[in-house]
Amino acid sequence: MLSALPALPRAVDDRASRRDTGHMPVAAPDAALQVRNLRKAYKDVVAVDGLELQVLRGECFGLLGPNGAGKTTTMEICEGLVSADSGEVEMLGMRWESDASRLRQRLGIQLQDTQLADKLSVLETVRLFRSFYRAGPPAEDVIGLVQLEEKRNARVGKLSGGQKQRLAMACALVGDPDFLFLDEPTTGLDPQARRQLWDLIEEFKASGRTILLTTHYMDEAERLCDRIAIMDRGRVIALGTPRELIASIGIEHVVEFSAGSAARPLAVQALRSIDGVHEVRSENGSVQMMVRELHRAVPALLAELNRQDVSLTELRTHSASLEDVFVTLTGRHLRDE
Amino acid sequence: MSEVTVAGPRAREATRKTPPPAGWRDHPLVQLTLVRFLEFLREPEALFWVFIFPVLLAAGLGIAFRNRPADQLKVAAATPQLAQALRQDKLLDVAQLSATAGEEALRNGKVALLAESGPGGSVVYRYDDTNPEGRSARMLADRAVERAAGRVDPVASSDRFMREPGSRYIDFLIPGLLGMNLMGSAIWGMGFAIVDARRKNLMKRLVATPMPRHYYLLSFVLSRLLLLVVEVGVVLGFGALVFGVPVRGSLADLAILCVLGSLSFGALGLLIACRARTIEAASGLMNAVMMPMWIVSGVFFSAQRFPDFVQPAIKALPLTAIIDALRLNMLQGASLAHLMPQIGILAGWLVACFGLAMKLFRWR
Repeated sequence: MLSALPALPRAVDDRASRRDTGHMPVAAPDAALQVRNLRKAYKDVVAVDGLELQVLRGECFGLLGPNGAGKTTTMEICEGLVSADSGEVEMLGMRWESDASRLRQRLGIQLQDTQLADKLSVLETVRLFRSFYRAGPPAEDVIGLVQLEEKRNARVGKLSGGQKQRLAMACALVGDPDFLFLDEPTTGLDPQARRQLWDLIEEFKASGRTILLTTHYMDEAERLCDRIAIMDRGRVIALGTPRELIASIGIEHVVEFSAGSAARPLAVQALRSIDGVHEVRSENGSVQMMVRELHRAVPALLAELNRQDVSLTELRTHSASLEDVFVTLTGRHLRDE
Repeated sequence: MSEVTVAGPRAREATRKTPPPAGWRDHPLVQLTLVRFLEFLREPEALFWVFIFPVLLAAGLGIAFRNRPADQLKVAAATPQLAQALRQDKLLDVAQLSATAGEEALRNGKVALLAESGPGGSVVYRYDDTNPEGRSARMLADRAVERAAGRVDPVASSDRFMREPGSRYIDFLIPGLLGMNLMGSAIWGMGFAIVDARRKNLMKRLVATPMPRHYYLLSFVLSRLLLLVVEVGVVLGFGALVFGVPVRGSLADLAILCVLGSLSFGALGLLIACRARTIEAASGLMNAVMMPMWIVSGVFFSAQRFPDFVQPAIKALPLTAIIDALRLNMLQGASLAHLMPQIGILAGWLVACFGLAMKLFRWR
């Protein structure tokens, strides 16, 4: 299946050869995308506020953040669809101001909610997009790559949400891109369709190309991304590998429980003094405890509940996730807005 | 699964520079035009409005306004003597009514004229002088009365009737419908497709590819011209075969006029659609632009009927220009050299609308 995308072990090769010749000018030698002090304001909101970003060749980089964090605007500036108020974007060693048409040939783009023409078939749509690129695999091969062979003559209007999204992916891949932009590729899809799309993205990644991805699903970011920038209000508030980000908040587990009743409320304050508890948050009757060690915190919690003589109605634990990183950093949830 | 090809970055760089070994079919302009064409053919409503509707309209109007032997005019006479005199004219259908019943019939429009006897053997005609039928009835009735009283016409006369192709209503109507069709299909075809692509973010997606933007607009022009052949053929063929409507000018001139007209209306459609983001906004604008022209540009009746002081404005409208040019070509065999004023107007609209649309066009 991968044969549709001809060259594979590229990231490594590229890096090596670039270092030898040393002709990458301003950006770091490994950077596929370098964004400096980017700013963009719309009428009443500042969408991107002095953003700094560096995406390395061959990595899958995720922009994670709630709606309105400026992810899409950042993407669209990098895709050359929106012009920034100020700041610099350098991609694959080129700039939009001087190299727009060369740059376009090398990018694969999937936009948030694009509706392709309903009346055209899958093959007709892919052929249309293929015709815009000088090089790339034949339309049929790309359709095979996204596993839509059986639907090649079906009208786009008759496809399921997941199939439409895979078609959008095919349209992004027809030009054999070096750099792939994916803006919320799995939003609104069912779990099976999401997993299919993830497999596809992983295949592309394995072929050594660079991906910039936005999402507000933390599981998606954790699974696909080598590095993640957490964005909030037009800025990057944290940057690193998923592991580093999670480690940075100093907790490993989250204990969630409900306890007490209207008659016998739980004294939340007392929980903070339990050894190894970092933070206690209580919202709508459910309490979240950020802890380092589960095997110490849970018995201590149970003992404390016993001491207060309140009953436990629900208890869940999970390993700290990017969601917890976001909550810790901003006090808000990713999906709140 | 299948074999994996491995090539270094330099090899890939090399393949990138060679043009694809694809045929003309894979040229972006061909693909864009093809897609536009397919989308149109797969839209049954559009097919109906462009191909079937004008034929139905022409057939309906052609039948309603077909030439018939001259109608008899209904008139009333208040006395038996007057009735007797009026009946001598074959073009009058005379009823003898009492004065009050006659007046009633006149008011209701059942008769065009009431003849009464006045003082001293004179005759009084009562009719509405703003109604052409009333005026005709007055002349016929008076002639009949005078002849019955013994008048002899000093000059002998005879009639010869003009009922040949070229001067009937249907001959007037077909060029009008053709012009209307050119306008409607160009403006709707252009406007809806562009606004729809913008609304669905499809335009933004296309702009994100290396597609040259002028190809996108050019594909509309090309698919329009392809459809034009069929569109014009259907209306013209129907007129010629069913009603024997003549095409006296050269067909090449007619083709050039249709192409120019279609381009001008296409540019107008582009201008209308250059910023709208919703179908509702676009269709409101389109109707606002087209409705006045349907009325004043002489599709169904001559534009000369409007007062003199608005004539220059009416003449400057693109629909008036194309319809006038088509009528002159088809009915009077005028060559392009004689149609320069209309061609100038159409070219002016084309350049102005296209230039403005390019300035204002929103690609996302």
